[in-house]
Amino acid sequence: MSLSSSSPRPESEAAAPDAAAPGPVPGRRPAGRRVSLRYFAVKLLGALVSLLAVMVTSFFLFRVIPGDPVAAMTQGRKVTPEQREELFRQFGLDQPLWQQFLGYLRDLLRLDLGLSYQYKAPVTELIATRLGPTLLLVGTATLIAAALGLWLGTRAGWRRGSTADRVHTGVALTLFSVPTFWLGLLMIVVLAGGAGGMPHLFPTGGMGSPDVSGVGNVIVDTAHHMVLPVATLVAVLYAQYLMIMRSSLLDEMGSDYLVTARAKGLRDDLVLRRHAVPNALLPTVTLLFLKIGQVVSGTILVEAVFSWPGLGMLFYEGLSVPDLPLVQGLFIFFSASVIFMNLLADFVYPLFDPRVRT
Amino acid sequence: MSAGPVERPPGEAGGGSAAPASPRALAWRRRRHSLGRFWAGYRGNRAGLAGLAGLAVFVLIALCAPLLIGPADLSLTDAPGGPHEPPSAAYPLGTDNYGRSILDLVIWGSRVSLTVGFLATLMCVGLGTLVGIVAGHYGGFGSTVLMRITDWVLVLPALVLAVAFAAVMGQGTVTIILAIGLTAWPTTARLVRAQTLAVEARPYIDRAKALGGGHGHVMTRHVLPNVMPIVLAQTTLTVAESIIMESTMAFLGLGDPNTLSWGGTLQEARNAGAVSSGLWWHLLPPGLAIVLVALAFTLCGRAIEGVLNPRLRERR
Repeated sequence: MSLSSSSPRPESEAAAPDAAAPGPVPGRRPAGRRVSLRYFAVKLLGALVSLLAVMVTSFFLFRVIPGDPVAAMTQGRKVTPEQREELFRQFGLDQPLWQQFLGYLRDLLRLDLGLSYQYKAPVTELIATRLGPTLLLVGTATLIAAALGLWLGTRAGWRRGSTADRVHTGVALTLFSVPTFWLGLLMIVVLAGGAGGMPHLFPTGGMGSPDVSGVGNVIVDTAHHMVLPVATLVAVLYAQYLMIMRSSLLDEMGSDYLVTARAKGLRDDLVLRRHAVPNALLPTVTLLFLKIGQVVSGTILVEAVFSWPGLGMLFYEGLSVPDLPLVQGLFIFFSASVIFMNLLADFVYPLFDPRVRT
Repeated sequence: MSAGPVERPPGEAGGGSAAPASPRALAWRRRRHSLGRFWAGYRGNRAGLAGLAGLAVFVLIALCAPLLIGPADLSLTDAPGGPHEPPSAAYPLGTDNYGRSILDLVIWGSRVSLTVGFLATLMCVGLGTLVGIVAGHYGGFGSTVLMRITDWVLVLPALVLAVAFAAVMGQGTVTIILAIGLTAWPTTARLVRAQTLAVEARPYIDRAKALGGGHGHVMTRHVLPNVMPIVLAQTTLTVAESIIMESTMAFLGLGDPNTLSWGGTLQEARNAGAVSSGLWWHLLPPGLAIVLVALAFTLCGRAIEGVLNPRLRERR
């Protein structure tokens, strides 16, 4: 704790470039950099192993468990025996398992995720075209949710047991119990569907109206379409950020350095902002990245409910057919992005917290 | 965890001050005593009591559902009311697109939702406890690998993984239970492993080993009872998660279309156009039921956690 007591920010920011770029270390802890290289290598290796595990899982999940993948892929559709043969050959199912696996790995390395049934297009292409809307939705919602959650969590934790704390915690716990898709449906019914004479404030779904032209108008129109999906996603995500920040701040509450800060005569507000929050943020950031899988889940449901033309909607469409190559491709893509985000968190974390580097 | 056997007065070392009792009776007295202490702690948490009461109500409703509702009330072809009637005296919550009473659907749905919630939880808590204890007890390379796998599953998006399982295995209630059970266990495994390590560091484990207790004996007779309280708290929290997950998967169309669950009812409502025509009475009750049950379980779980972990308790 002593490291981060008086002024943790400038110190760690000064140390930041050391970890990233090789070069002479100004000042303290010459051994720290070597350790950090090892740290990065271990994390990178771990992520690669995780990625490989995802690939192996998806191979066995989608090819081996169904018994007859062709039957699974053509569920509920009429196929002639010739078509079956063709599919069998096309998916290489006449080859031994290890050859299939090698072929599958080779395709993956070339970013070839196969052909979607429904769209008759390469899955990779579909993902690329649908990525933008999802990033827009998730990015906006995560930023708002994180800001809101961290802020409210700080307030709740700092005044624990107060009315504000109880209200915030209660709301957060309730939102934890609310199914995302249901919240979205309610939003549509109340704010877009015109139930009970309510005005149609927002569109019920989609990303834009067809008859809008001009850059400015399109931006306004898209923002208008974004309000409800973003609000739903924020409601689901911020509760978690709030709870993590709150408990993380509570962990710091008893610390000696806070007593010192108060003894110096700092105002309560400054003790919170300069001392408690920076330290409480560290575990919060890690946990937030660990929970990024839930952001993905939330996106799928919100996009499915609001017909937002992103990856989640694509996943939902793939499920209802079921379009197994598409579902498999998205499974790999979602898992890979979560693993990548976690790796990113591992890489960024030591820049903020010098304790990790040792 | 400081609320372990150390604090229980008639514990392993200091007991037997009264008349000599058989070890079994002693053990039972100790258990009764700690249960009483636990209840005394739990009683102090008002939210936990509310959760427990809510839980009791829902379980009662689910158990009594066959007494209240006959098969005729839920018949698709021969439904008692007209389609999409608004709430009235005859149908307090209105009717669905087939003319069935929404109230009946919600009551009947509690059976599937609770069953799936409990079974999925049983599976994932069982799996998590097993992995946690084994990883914590044996240690070494195998344990490292086990925990790497746990971390890996923990990081993957649970819904995507569960949905991928379900998409491959086909629709159905069993599929949903398996999918939730296979994806939600890592949290429990990590908690249990941490607790196992804490318990195994205590001297009485050494004593048991010195007296010739094997791995199985130590794990089942000494570690498991000490891990159980944490598992219990985790269980109640997992049930809430499982129920939400079940409704989500049913909503995504992965449930059995012939069983009535809350998520399935919501999916039907959406397919019947309840969203666009603003039929709030078709959407509101099943969702509220999910929220209430999940909240009740969450409150119970947090209350149990609060009792077990004094650090958490003094914060509230």
